Amino acid sequence: MLKLYDTWVESRLLLGTARYPSPAILAEAVRRAKAEIVTVSLRRETAGGKAGGAFFDLVGDLGVRVLPNTAGCHSVREAVLTAKMAREVFRTDWIKLEVIGHHDTLQPDVFGLVDAARILTGEGFQVFPYTTDDLVVAEKLLEAGCKVLMPWCAPIGSAMGPVNPAALKAFRAHFPDVPLIVDAGVGRPSHANTVMELGYDAVLLNTAVAGAGDPATMAEAFALAIEAGRLAHKAVPLEPRDMAVPSTPVIGKAVFA
Amino acid sequence: MRILVKGAGVAGLTVAWQLYRHGFDVTIAECNAAAGLGASGYAGGMLAPWCERESAEEPVLTLGRRAADWWEAALPGHVQRQGTLVVAGGRDAGELDRFAGRTSGWQWLDEAGIAALEPDLAGRFRRALFFRDEAHLDPRQALAALTAGLEEARMRVLFAGAEETGEYDRIVDCTGAAQIGRLPGLRGVRGEMLALETGEITLSRPVRLLHPRHPIYIVPRGKGRFMVGATMIESDDAGPVTARSLMELLNAAYALHPAFGEARLTETGAGIRPAFPDNLPRVTEAGHTLHVNGLYRHGFLLAPAMAGEVARRLLAEQPERKAS
Repeated sequence: MLKLYDTWVESRLLLGTARYPSPAILAEAVRRAKAEIVTVSLRRETAGGKAGGAFFDLVGDLGVRVLPNTAGCHSVREAVLTAKMAREVFRTDWIKLEVIGHHDTLQPDVFGLVDAARILTGEGFQVFPYTTDDLVVAEKLLEAGCKVLMPWCAPIGSAMGPVNPAALKAFRAHFPDVPLIVDAGVGRPSHANTVMELGYDAVLLNTAVAGAGDPATMAEAFALAIEAGRLAHKAVPLEPRDMAVPSTPVIGKAVFA
Repeated sequence: MRILVKGAGVAGLTVAWQLYRHGFDVTIAECNAAAGLGASGYAGGMLAPWCERESAEEPVLTLGRRAADWWEAALPGHVQRQGTLVVAGGRDAGELDRFAGRTSGWQWLDEAGIAALEPDLAGRFRRALFFRDEAHLDPRQALAALTAGLEEARMRVLFAGAEETGEYDRIVDCTGAAQIGRLPGLRGVRGEMLALETGEITLSRPVRLLHPRHPIYIVPRGKGRFMVGATMIESDDAGPVTARSLMELLNAAYALHPAFGEARLTETGAGIRPAFPDNLPRVTEAGHTLHVNGLYRHGFLLAPAMAGEVARRLLAEQPERKAS
């Protein structure tokens, strides 16, 4: 079980809810993934200050915990405002905090992120910050009161998978006791599997499932890959070596001849 | 059989036309002052089931592939069978392969192929997908023509204020987004569009510009007029277009061709697409009323199939006619 703030969850796959072919397929994906947490964008699904009522109801009917997000917010003020709106709409103190620094690449503005996290934790929010793999920023987020960190493994929507495994390893080693969720950049189940093998606690996905040819089946594939990676990490995998090593004893055989 | 069709959007008028052709006595009641003032009037009017298959399920293709024939038969001369061109900016070129992988009925075009179809796009894109069998029409012209055709055929078309007092055997409710909150599962998906006018560029067919987050299409309406659409927002707010959406739509138009930067912005609009959870339309029955709803972003594409379904059900109930 994974503890996120005061909540224990079994599933280590968090699903985004945007851009599925239909809400029916989204529901099927959540079911097949056995996901317990879905993220919902307040900003994207609102217009004229009016929340996307029926869609939020559909998400509510999935019977899973909602982690609202501040996707699309470009300033601290906007993110804080959206978080407060989310708290009212979904009646939760959880907020996935995104402060976007660049409209086109959606790279996080880590300075604004730390500021917004400080404000929101001060107001009783339980903040899940979407950040880069920068250790110093992560430390500042913890100082600001975050108790979960969500580093990317590649730029958002890039589907490249872990582009800098060394940084992800360092990140894990640096924060051994903080729940770490890889958020953004995952394209395939093998990517999710890799970061779980590195010891990450969970993976958050959206496009990799929503944009797949068969989202529901892909959701299940991700769930299996994540579970396999989790088990592999617990089982302590071998580290790679520079040369072949036989798996059967060679004593008594003329291999050194 | 006397039928009352409620709503004069694409669903209502299509159903009314189909029923009139089958010999039913049809009255249409529309609460607005004219036809197509709801979401239908903001539609792209693309009859593009192969392209739509990229994000829609199989029924959209199977139900929609005959739509162009239906419209051509109902309104000769309105349907333009020019196909659809799909392009992507250099950095998003991978989106084209993804699109191709999820659709059928296309062929690859190189620069020369693109230039041959759309000379004004020459040199702007290295590759494109061409969906030869797709078509488009002008939604507002088509709805006006259907209304005129029904009136000419002496069917009653009653607009806002006109008292509707007749007795009817059946009611077909085609009021779209007005049924949100009444029909179980029906929700609104907001769509925003804009209209541009420029003499500096000519297109002969709808062009889709792929983008990971903001895919848009531009449909030529003739005489230098273009429709640019459309956003997809999970909301039933019908308020004016937002600055962000306007910026995204304009950015995409400008990316397709810089000449759009000098175009006149002649209209912006927002409509609410009614959709069921699977984003597929359906005909449902409630007492004496048949509901046609959930056409989502496929009004002109799937309304003919829904109209056919309504006609089949009502014909099955109709007492045998005497042989004349």
